[in-house]
Amino acid sequence: MSAAAVSAQRTGWEHFPHEADVGVRGFGATIEEAFQQGALALTAIVTTAKVEESMSVQVKCQAPDPELLFAEWLNLIIYEMAVRKMLFSRFSVRIHGNHLTGTMWGEPIDVARHAPACEPKGATYTALKVAADADGRWSAACIVDV
Amino acid sequence: MDPARFTRVDETAWRIEPEGAMRVPAIIYADEQLIRDMDDKVYVQAANVAMLPGIVQASYAMPDAHWGYGFPIGGVAAFDPEQGGVVSAGGVGFDISCGVRTMLTGLKVADLLPVQRSLAESLFHQIPAGLGSTGAINLDAIDMDAMLKGGARWAVQRGWGEPHDLDRIEESGEMAGARPNCVSDKAKERQRREMGTLGSGNHYLEVQAVAEILDEAVAKRYGLAADDVVVTIHCGSRGLGHQIGTEFLRDMAITAKDHGIVLPDRELACAPIKSEVGQQYLGAMRAAINCALANREILGHFARRVFQHFFPGQTLDLLFDVSHNTCKVEPHTVEGNRRELFVHRKGATRAFGPGHPSLPATLRDVGQPVLIGGSMGTGSYILSGAASSEDKAFSSACHGAGRAMSRHAALRQWSGRQIQDDLAARGILIRSPSTRGIAEEAPGAYKDVNAVVQAAEAAGLASRVARLRPLICIKG
Repeated sequence: MSAAAVSAQRTGWEHFPHEADVGVRGFGATIEEAFQQGALALTAIVTTAKVEESMSVQVKCQAPDPELLFAEWLNLIIYEMAVRKMLFSRFSVRIHGNHLTGTMWGEPIDVARHAPACEPKGATYTALKVAADADGRWSAACIVDV
Repeated sequence: MDPARFTRVDETAWRIEPEGAMRVPAIIYADEQLIRDMDDKVYVQAANVAMLPGIVQASYAMPDAHWGYGFPIGGVAAFDPEQGGVVSAGGVGFDISCGVRTMLTGLKVADLLPVQRSLAESLFHQIPAGLGSTGAINLDAIDMDAMLKGGARWAVQRGWGEPHDLDRIEESGEMAGARPNCVSDKAKERQRREMGTLGSGNHYLEVQAVAEILDEAVAKRYGLAADDVVVTIHCGSRGLGHQIGTEFLRDMAITAKDHGIVLPDRELACAPIKSEVGQQYLGAMRAAINCALANREILGHFARRVFQHFFPGQTLDLLFDVSHNTCKVEPHTVEGNRRELFVHRKGATRAFGPGHPSLPATLRDVGQPVLIGGSMGTGSYILSGAASSEDKAFSSACHGAGRAMSRHAALRQWSGRQIQDDLAARGILIRSPSTRGIAEEAPGAYKDVNAVVQAAEAAGLASRVARLRPLICIKG
């Protein structure tokens, strides 16, 4: 999705360039939506093929501030992708204070169909930012090491 | 970057004078064109590293340096525990002990060409690569801890390698000081089915030809001659290292202020070497080094098995195995005094010069092989550590070509299928589960590896021994 297309709507995601790795940014009317969209951007690093919602996984995490919480959230998804050998295409997030609970829906990786381009190693604290703009639109972003 | 921002020390050394919170200068080794082409963020990140407590002498960046996270990729920094020095999870990175090994096949290019295509298919099917791949090895809790303590030595004992390999692996294949009890259950779970897997991104297994010998005497000692075929593997500690990096980055970022450390960038998260979290990280990070050494030994074993099928009797002797994402305790002479320093190399290769006591007797008089991965189209290099690298950058050299373009930009510019076809027309066979992955790793997305190694040689970090060109590349 182009940056212009994303900026024209309130909810969405985009990738932004880093010399070695990839930046992910999610947007939404709430911080939860921004986190959900950021997670979709993470999946899109790996594949642009359709990912079925055949299974769900529940996760929770906490962190001292919203930025570290976003990195924790992405790292939880990366962990579940790695140990379950799954990809996820829908995310639901609830945040209360420093605590996040999430549900993600997806399916086991099918290498032939999903043709995974790379394997995310971890969400970094580089370009890590979670904030609301003057219009109240939230964004959540960081560089992911691939 | 604008060269005018630096004090130019000589043709290949560019100095950032200490300013603000910098405790020491930063020095980048590169020629003028490489400096001009380097991202400004390398300047910022090299200067930020110079602000960390207990840093000794200077913050260094190698000729292949590019924008990393916290440290630049290609960054080197040493810290003294007696001066409040720190260990930084960000300074090692997520792919702990990522590194390269090169094996000698004893074959000539003419031997390989008749079976090149079927060998490529066989390697692609026998070497698990990419997200979703699973190794044939499944570790239980006892095996996991034994692997984390024993490294490549454990792999050899289990039959996935040869005893004589160990002499040609850093730390003789077994990193001392590993503490499996400092590795979380999540990190172990992430690794349970990943031994003997290649990973993805810039990781690869290549069959290469020796295209050019640049130092006959050293090449002979390394067992290299023109037209020889070698196998090179680039990968690291897989999910275990990624999870350890993730967890300690968070813990160090949160506890930094408790140790009175002001972080110029949260990604530079660190802890005093003498602190509890610092010691736990060192124990876990050393376990991850063993995981990487074991993983490359197992992958080498798998490659040998495939080659045995095509070329019965060929043994694939290991030239060397060296990591480029580590923190190692090493003695170095600083201002005339011998000191034990914690040397961080993030995207930088240890490059011990001739005579170094830790080198195996068979290589000691010529220096350590320094294995430099280029891109899948342009080729790679084998260098030897230079005696002057000790004074220049704590015995360190570059690790690859270094990216010149983001994955994002590479995807816009190239099609993976087209690259695969173009390289095939040049006799280079690429096999990967993803054509998009091939496009992201396009040869044009990398710097000119020739310029990088020439700068490393001119700077006195390492000397060129041989240039390699790819014949087969298996990418995750």
